[in-house]
Parts: sequence; structure tokens; C-alpha cells
Amino acid sequence: MITERDYESEAEIQWCPGCPNFGILQAFKGALVGLQKAPHEVCLVSGIGQAAKLPHYLKCNFFNGLHGRAIPVALGIHVANPQLTTIVVTGDGDCYGEGGNHFIHAIRRNPDITVVVHNNEIYALTKGQASPTTRQGEKRTIQVKGVDIAPLNMLSIAIIHDCTFVARGFAGDIDHLKGLVTEAVNHTGMSYVDVIQPCITWGTHPVSWYKERVYRLGEDYELSDQEAALKKAMEGGDKMPIGILYRTSPREVFASRFRKAVTDQPLAKLPLTGREKMAGFLSEFRPGGQ
Amino acid sequence: MAQGYAVFAWQEYESRIRGGQNSYSIRIGEKPQNAPLLEADILLCLNEGALAKYEPLLKRDGILLAQKEVRERMITIPFGKIAKEEMGNKVYANTIALGALVAMLGIELETLQAVIGQRFSKKGDEVVGANYAAAEKGYTLADKGCKDMCPWRLPKRRERYYLITGNQAIPLAAAFAGCRFISAYPMTPSTGIITFLAREEDRLGVFAEQAEDEIAAINMAIGASYAGAKAMTATSGGGFALMVEGVSLAGMTETPLVIVLGQRPGPATGLPTRTAQGDLLFAINAGHGEFPKVVLAPSDAKDAFHKIVRAFNLADEHQTTVILLTDQFLADSSFSIEDFELDEIEAFSYLTDSSEIENYKRYQLTDNGISPRLYPGQSEHLVAADSDEHDEQGHITEDLAETAVAMVQKRLVKLKGLQKEVKPPEEFALDEADAVLIGWGSSRQAILEAVDLLKHDGVKVGMIHFTELWPLPDFGFPEGKKYWSVESNATAQLARLLRSEYGLVFEGMVARYDGLPLTGQYIRSRFNDH
Repeated sequence: MITERDYESEAEIQWCPGCPNFGILQAFKGALVGLQKAPHEVCLVSGIGQAAKLPHYLKCNFFNGLHGRAIPVALGIHVANPQLTTIVVTGDGDCYGEGGNHFIHAIRRNPDITVVVHNNEIYALTKGQASPTTRQGEKRTIQVKGVDIAPLNMLSIAIIHDCTFVARGFAGDIDHLKGLVTEAVNHTGMSYVDVIQPCITWGTHPVSWYKERVYRLGEDYELSDQEAALKKAMEGGDKMPIGILYRTSPREVFASRFRKAVTDQPLAKLPLTGREKMAGFLSEFRPGGQ
Repeated sequence: MAQGYAVFAWQEYESRIRGGQNSYSIRIGEKPQNAPLLEADILLCLNEGALAKYEPLLKRDGILLAQKEVRERMITIPFGKIAKEEMGNKVYANTIALGALVAMLGIELETLQAVIGQRFSKKGDEVVGANYAAAEKGYTLADKGCKDMCPWRLPKRRERYYLITGNQAIPLAAAFAGCRFISAYPMTPSTGIITFLAREEDRLGVFAEQAEDEIAAINMAIGASYAGAKAMTATSGGGFALMVEGVSLAGMTETPLVIVLGQRPGPATGLPTRTAQGDLLFAINAGHGEFPKVVLAPSDAKDAFHKIVRAFNLADEHQTTVILLTDQFLADSSFSIEDFELDEIEAFSYLTDSSEIENYKRYQLTDNGISPRLYPGQSEHLVAADSDEHDEQGHITEDLAETAVAMVQKRLVKLKGLQKEVKPPEEFALDEADAVLIGWGSSRQAILEAVDLLKHDGVKVGMIHFTELWPLPDFGFPEGKKYWSVESNATAQLARLLRSEYGLVFEGMVARYDGLPLTGQYIRSRFNDH
């Protein structure tokens, strides 16, 4: 029986006291315990930023890499050991800014990984600059007159490119978020959860501002309707729908052809190519010889 | 090759998809001589533009094979006209020319026909038959003109050599070394490596992925390696520039990684399809911060095979990055090899047996800096990796006085272990030598030929040749010699390295940086001009 204690880390948490990141951490724990995943079956992958520190606070395998580069690292892990539950924990700067290219191409590959983006609309660790999701007009420490470029709507991009699981959660609604993470991890194929995470230190709006605007998608919401999902993802102004926006029947998962042809085991377990076999390969380069 | 001779083939081509003037040089001998020559005995020009560009390469007493009469010592066959008018399709022009060339070399027509039969067998009897006829036509036409002019006879021999390019030897060797993962972004001259592995993915069991950029490529390889698969990437200078933060990440996380850096002239896009040795210091110094790495530079395709296996072994044992420096010349040239000597190499895996471990610490401090390495999911032990400075468990640390300092030392002490493993440079004819040519990587055979040519000029010259360049080995340079650096770059990068590491003083340098490979004759003339 896996309990929350199995996931207790001894590392000192460096987040600001009261940060909604604690809620996201709690949702992760709850989801993994609910799924009865043992810590050694889970691998968290992150880049740099406050969100990217989460793997230190949840006791399991983790790779805390470079800014923006969590997804390619996760892809390598996903191929090398398909038995792991691989989850990318990242932020809006990490995933949509520095790592935007990797995110877009990951959707095309459809790896069986989960990507959770703590979206606080700000660069918090570097003390308050605009992020790709900062709303136009809001002031940041570099953008002192207000951000004058348009924010990025990665949910829409993911839906347009048929990411097989697209959801949005809210760090202030832990139970709901726990449910989303659970479904995301259970989903076969790339699952992507954007989490609205108010920044209580640098952000423009308090948590209550978000609470007033966030609403849960109704039970009658049709998950597999791409156009309706796109509409929801683009809902602007004072409405922020949370829940699974889009889910499609799984298409071929990244590396599945290789797994069928070669192995579905960790690649470390494959035996070496011996001398005899290699001599055979080399003989193909010996015209007229044996 | 089918006739039992050793062949060396070198190609140079323009950076375009079709057309332009490209050349393919073939050197034939009874023993492997894997280096290009400056001058040719026979020049076959398939069009007039080729004649204008390449005629200077033909020896004065050499023989030209072309479509229009332009000089005395030549064989004139209008391949295109014959193909079109007599065979009904201009595509046969090449086979007609090939038939003529084979006649000039004094090889039996049957040998060529057997090769044609094999090459075109999948295209059906009709195509094979037409090519037979085209070859015979060219052969007969040239044979008449050849009688008094062509001195060459290449009768059948029993010897059989491997003919392989650097970019074929490298992926095969990687598979032998236990590589299971390659991710790369296409960039000349490295693209052949992932192409080969992707095509042979099922047979060799190496997963191959074309990444969206070089940054993704190196990070995917690092992820795969962390998760237990021996992994590599391949690129050229510009792509490597993008990968450099990843080199640093591999250094910090102590993740084994093999990178093939196929050099071409820079800076920036440079000459995309040409050769150079211009990234030596870049490779050695790649990555922010201080951490150990290994830089190897094989001398030919066989050495590349052995060095790749060595690269994977060193990377795995020392949990470090190994960069293999090749270049367009080594990547694309076809080398004749008598024997790969597979008995001399062995692939090792240094992953720790998880049952031997009680409390696992990924970055456990040890005397030699090497910590036990498990992969995630191997056992119940949890495996951490962190790009931040970290403690033994892999968690972020701000403990400067103890943990940070200990971790810097832990990583750097691995360099000492590596230094014991690197091989000293090859020495040739040093005792007698007044002057010593020092080179590295793919220029070995050219330098050896220069030594031989200079001997005939009455100059006593030796060679010191490096294939393992970082960390540098313990090595004593003999005193009283005049040292010359011989490199395919403009600033004598190896000389700068040896000056700073050994205090070695140089007399002069042969620096070639026109995008073409070093040859024995080129080195000799530059040396003598001095």
C-alpha cells in the first residue's frame, strides 16, 4: 500500500510561504498515491524555475535539467525505459518560452508522458519579468510600462495539433487538480495540463481574482469535440474554464514501432551485439569477400 | 575492389542538391593507402565544365577520358551522343564511361559486368542487359585507343579488403559498443550516422530520432542515457554550438554521452560540404563551468570504429562526455581496411548492480569521483539527476563551504582517472628526424606520405600524431627537433594547445584552410616553401 508518506521528501522547500505551488504538490501526491504508483516507478523531469523545483519535494526518481529542456530529456527517458511513469513538471517560462519549440514538437510525437505546466503568468524566480502568458498591459519588472505583446495561448495550439489530452487546472482547487493529474497520468499518449497558479509575490492579481473567474466545465461537456475545445481554450475575458478541454482516442504513441520491432523492455536490458554478429555486418562492406 | 585491390575514394561536392561540379577520386593500390593524392593518372570528365575545373589535377603524362578531343594524351568517346543515339537513353552515358575507364585500367570486362549484374539485379533483366551493352560499348571503344597509351594492368588478385566510409564505420561501431539511442538534427557532414542507424534500426536495435533542433537532440540523448541506454548524438560545428549547454548539463549530472562532431569549415555556415579541423579548441573548451570531458580524433575509418567503442566505454565508466572529432574528409571518404581486428576491442557496461546497494546516493563522494550509477526503474532505489549544484542525494544545495566545494572536486578528480587512460601520440621516425610534423585526426596518412616524400627530397622528417587530445597524456617531446604543426585550420590549434600544456615551441606550420583535405604533396610543398 503506497501512502503519502512514501512520497515525503527531506529536501527543504524553497517556495514562498503560502505559494499555490504547495497546492499543486499536494495534488501530485494525492494523484500518485491514488494511482498506487510506487516512487521508483515514477520519474519527474523538470527544467528551471520555481515549478521545476517540485521534483525535489516529491520523493521519486527525478531529472532536474536545464531551463526549457525538460521535454526532450523526458522523451529520452520515455524511450529508454518505457516502464516508468514519466511526468514533466514545468512552468510557463520554462515550457512556453525557452522550451516552446520542444513542446510543439512533442505534441507531434505523442509520447506517453504527462506535462504539467505551472502557469503563473510571470518569471517569478528571476523576480518578476513578463512570461509568454502575461496579459497585455500588465506591468512587470522589465516591462515597466506594461506588456505590449500578445500572450501565447498554448492550450489552443495543443488542441489544434491534436494533442491527445489537453486540460486546465487551478492551483486553488486541489481536489479538482488531483483528478486532472490522475486522468492525465492514466491517459495513453501525451497529456498536457496547464495549471493556473497565481503568483502571490510578484503577480498582478491576488488568488481571489482568479477564484472569481475560474469555473469547472460541466459534466455535459463533450470532450472529443475539437472545435468546441478550441472555443473553450480561447474563452477570454473574465472566464477561465478548468477541466479536461479535449481528449481523443489515443493515436500511435512515440517509439511504439520500435517497441514492437525490437523491445518493450528498458533498453539497458538488451544484450550487446557480439563480435560474430558484428563481423557479419562488416562483411557486407567487403566486395567479393566472405 | 572486386578485382582484389585496395581502393581509397575521396569525394568533394558543392552545397547543392543537383548539378554543379563534383569530383570523386579513386586511388588504387595493392595495399591500402588511405589518403588522397593531388595529381591524377586518369581524369574522366563527364561534362565540359568538369574539364575546365579539374584538368589542372591531371598529370602531364596522364590520360584524359572525355567526350571531345582537347589534347593529345586522351581517349575521346562521346558517351552522351552514343547513349542517346545508339542506346536510346542518355542515362547510359555513365556506364559507357565506366566501361571505358575499366578498359584503360586493364581490368577484364567480365569483372565490371559482374558488378553491374549485382548492382542492377533488383531493376530487372532489361536494365542489367542494357548496362552490360553500354559497358561493353565503352570498353571496346577505349580498348582500341588504349593499346599504346595505357600502361596499367590490374589482373585479378585473391586479396579482399573492406571498403567503408567513416560515417558507415561509426554507426556500426556504436551498435557494437552497445549504443541504443541516437538523436540528431541533420547537418553535413554528420547526417550519414543517424541515417545509417535509422535505416538499420531493427537489425541493430538502436532507436534513432530526428530532433527538432540540436538542443533537443543532446537533451534527448542525455535523458536516454540517464534512463540506462547508451546514447549518442552527432552534429557539425554549428549544431555543436547549440549543444554546448547540454555538454555542460551532462558534465554536471555526470551522465555518459558520446558526441560525434564532424568538422567542416566555419565560422557560421562556412563551407557546408568541405573539410576542416577547425573545432579542436572549441570541442576541448565546450561548456560553461569546469568539468571533465574527453576528446578523441580518429585517424581513419578503422580507427574511428575502435575509437567509438572506446568513447562509449570511457563515457560509461567515467560518467562523462566523450567527443569524437571527425571531419567531412573522414566522414565521406571510403577507406580500404584489411582487418577490423574486432578481437582488440570490447564493449563494457558500468551500470551498478542494484542488489549491491543499501542506501543509494547518486552522487556519493568517492576517491576517484565515480559514484555508483543505477538507472531509474532498475530497482526500488531512486535515481536523481540535477543541473543545480547538488548534494550526494542529488538535491539542490546552497551549502557552499562543504558540499559545493566537495562536488567540484569530485567531478574534477575524474579527470585524473581519465588522464591515466588516454593514449600517447603515435611516433614515427623520430630518432633520425631533424624536423617533426605534428598533426592530429584524419591527416595521419597524408603526414606519413609527406614524411616519405620529404625523405626523397633529402630532408629527415618524423611524425608525432595525436588521436587522443583531451585530457592530454603524459608525453615527453624529444629535444633538439624542429617542430611543425600540420593542421586543416588557419591558426594551428593543436600547436596552441601543445604550447600551453607542454610549453612546446614550434618552428613553423602547415595550415590548410581552403576546405580541401591535407595531402602528402601539399604538406611537402608547404614545408619546402618555408
